[in-house]
Amino acid sequence: MSNAPVDTGRRRFLTAATAVVGGVGAVAVAVPFIKSWNPSAKAKAAGAPVEVNISKVEPGQLIRVEWRGKPVWVVRRTKEILTNLATLDSQLRDPASAEEQQPAYAKNAVRSINPEYFIAVGLCTHLGCSPTYLPDTFSEQVEGVPSGFYCPCHGSKFDLAGRVFKGVPAPLNLVVPPHQYIDAGNVIIGVDQGAA
Amino acid sequence: MIKNLVDWIDARIPMTATYNRHVGQYATPKNFNFWYFFGSLAMLVLVNQFLTGIWLTMNYVPTAEGAFASIEYIMRDVEYGWLLRYMHSTGASAFFVVIYLHMFRGLIYGSYQKPRELLWLFGMLIFLVLMAEAFMGYLLPWGQMSYWGAQVIISLFGAIPFIGDDLTLWIRGDFVVSGATLNRFFALHVIALPLVLVVLVFLHLIALHEVGSNNPDGIEIKKNKDENGWPIDGIPFHPYYTVKDIFGTACFLIIFCYVLFFMPEGGGYFLEGPNFEAANSMKTPEHIAPVWYFTPFYAILRAIPDKLFGVMGMGLAIAVLFVLPWLDRCKVKSVRYRSLTHKLNLAQFAVSFVILGYLGAVPATPELTIAARVFTLTYFGFFFFLWLYSKNEKTKPVPERLTH
Amino acid sequence: MKKLLIALVALVPTLAFASGSSVHLESANIDLNDTESLQRGLDLFQHNCSGCHSTQYQRYSRVADDLGISLDDMREKFMFDADAKPGDLMENSIPEDAAAKWFGATPPDLTLVARVRGEDWIYTYLKGFYKDENRPFGVNNIVFPSVGMPHVLEHLQGIPVKEVVKQEDGTEVTTIVATGGSLNAEEYDQVVRDITGFLVYSGDPVKLERESLGWWVMGFLFIFLVLTYLLKKEYWRDVH
Repeated sequence: MSNAPVDTGRRRFLTAATAVVGGVGAVAVAVPFIKSWNPSAKAKAAGAPVEVNISKVEPGQLIRVEWRGKPVWVVRRTKEILTNLATLDSQLRDPASAEEQQPAYAKNAVRSINPEYFIAVGLCTHLGCSPTYLPDTFSEQVEGVPSGFYCPCHGSKFDLAGRVFKGVPAPLNLVVPPHQYIDAGNVIIGVDQGAA
Repeated sequence: MIKNLVDWIDARIPMTATYNRHVGQYATPKNFNFWYFFGSLAMLVLVNQFLTGIWLTMNYVPTAEGAFASIEYIMRDVEYGWLLRYMHSTGASAFFVVIYLHMFRGLIYGSYQKPRELLWLFGMLIFLVLMAEAFMGYLLPWGQMSYWGAQVIISLFGAIPFIGDDLTLWIRGDFVVSGATLNRFFALHVIALPLVLVVLVFLHLIALHEVGSNNPDGIEIKKNKDENGWPIDGIPFHPYYTVKDIFGTACFLIIFCYVLFFMPEGGGYFLEGPNFEAANSMKTPEHIAPVWYFTPFYAILRAIPDKLFGVMGMGLAIAVLFVLPWLDRCKVKSVRYRSLTHKLNLAQFAVSFVILGYLGAVPATPELTIAARVFTLTYFGFFFFLWLYSKNEKTKPVPERLTH
Repeated sequence: MKKLLIALVALVPTLAFASGSSVHLESANIDLNDTESLQRGLDLFQHNCSGCHSTQYQRYSRVADDLGISLDDMREKFMFDADAKPGDLMENSIPEDAAAKWFGATPPDLTLVARVRGEDWIYTYLKGFYKDENRPFGVNNIVFPSVGMPHVLEHLQGIPVKEVVKQEDGTEVTTIVATGGSLNAEEYDQVVRDITGFLVYSGDPVKLERESLGWWVMGFLFIFLVLTYLLKKEYWRDVH
């Protein structure tokens, strides 16, 4: 040990500079560790947009498509159903789809691009169960509504535009995924309307 | 505010006292040279292996069917997976580079001698566990070298009389190296051995801080204390050796990152070519060599023309290091003040070790086998001669105080 | 000590010998920055090799992205399996056991072949086929004796004939001369180089990205090194 005068200014500066540069390095090292948790190329490939042929779906029928591991429903709605939908507003939580549960192009009375086909992610907005499609017996759940979705887990109810009824645990309408029509009979799920 | 918090903690656990004992007031000889970087670097690499290892397990699939593809999945599909994997594979080799230099430092400055025998023994145990760790880790990519390397090394246990065959069967859990072997190696590699390693590293450090660090002069700084009981030739570990070790770390990282980013295969020594081919139990690669850090011992194994004695020779090559503190009977520690005989003996040992390492990496030919035998003899000769001459060795006078 | 020296001296020539290889490999001289060459390599590989050899650890979309090919081009020109999606692995359609029956062994996956064999080996191998009536497919290979696959590129190279010429100094030089192909020797070399380049890319697709990141890391570390050196110097002025 010596008693030579110490240049505290220089010492403090170098300590701070090393600490800052070292800190930047530590943050940089953390980047690959953090980024490796992002979906991998495999997950992204599995979650790629899915093309669906909807021309063979019969009126009133529901088909299920897997997109990003989730069930996506395509329901072909009849004229009667569409007429019925317009009468339900007073029984629904969010009849006008004010909440962002759908892309802008599906923010309309029937929550779809083509009114005939309703496309939605088939997971209840309450706790993620997949509701059951009741094409003929839904009136047992809601009087005067012939068909709809009923969630078996906690009893949430949705109409055929995926709109949630009042008085059930689910807070929001069903999610409408991004989708676009290639032509009248084919839809891609996972790509927004208008996107390349 | 902070002081209150520190006081609050100190009233409950000895935080400040521990810090002072091991860092802030830990008296360190002031004459460490570059050889003393490797201890802290080993710690750095250990942390690197732990972190990247944990992250690799997040995507690795420990089954015979999925292991090889999962490595390529990590290398290609996982964001920055290639970097994590190369950090781990390069880290494995860096670990042994650092550890071998750390051990050689111990040899030249007599750091294994009294009173540091336990320190040395804990270090040797760390080395042993590290070899097991590396060996089991190398099976996990499930490439051709992984597979056949494991096959060969496990077969070594077959040399043990009477129980050998049953033992190899038990280790593999199958008639050949298989998914069962892979699963147990995975469990040991990622859980059991790392735990053992942490405990041993802890003991190694406790042992070090109890007796204090040796130094290039091989004299005890605790013998010369000032009126406050502080060793005259000692300086506090922090800040002097923290800043110095950070500098050492920067030097190391430059070399490490160069290999990592520009030659991650390490010229075929860190990642061997045949290991980019999935394991195939029907086809042995043309030339099997263990990874470079095992080759000195592998050369000794191959040099001895008898299965049992070969295995024993290899085991002895490691075991003899354990008893080094008792083989060296000289009272002087550092090579600086020891005889020319010792200097030459140490030099020939280092040369033998390196050449054996080379010989273990290349295919055996009759000439090379003879060479391997010669250097096996000189390897063991180091210990034998050391034991012989160290009793009455002509040493130079050892200074009272540290020199520079 | 003397024993040691003698052994060392004895070792030198054997070491030199041990490192020599039996067949001289030609330098492939590939350039991973040459995207056009890699694209041609992909084209050649998909049309000549992928029928039997998969590259199952990589995905079409990643290759398209790295090689500057649009996904539509990829789908139209290089994806022969109608059900395959761009994000799929580049597996191939022939069943393993059928292939084993046809060729005596399953054609290996080639994603990593460049890392197993080295680029020069692939280059020399693809140039190393020669006519040999004793083999099932009528060809043999100078770097892979008793090769189990036909000479797929024969329509390009022509029929290769091996000639061994004795040099004046007594050494033998093996050359392969091909006639009747649609390409001349130089063009064929380029074809082989393109395929080799593509396989080198496949083996280590991240190489260019890795190296460019590496330079940033090295630059950063040098700054850090200078700072830590100055810091160490500054503190150690206390120590005498």
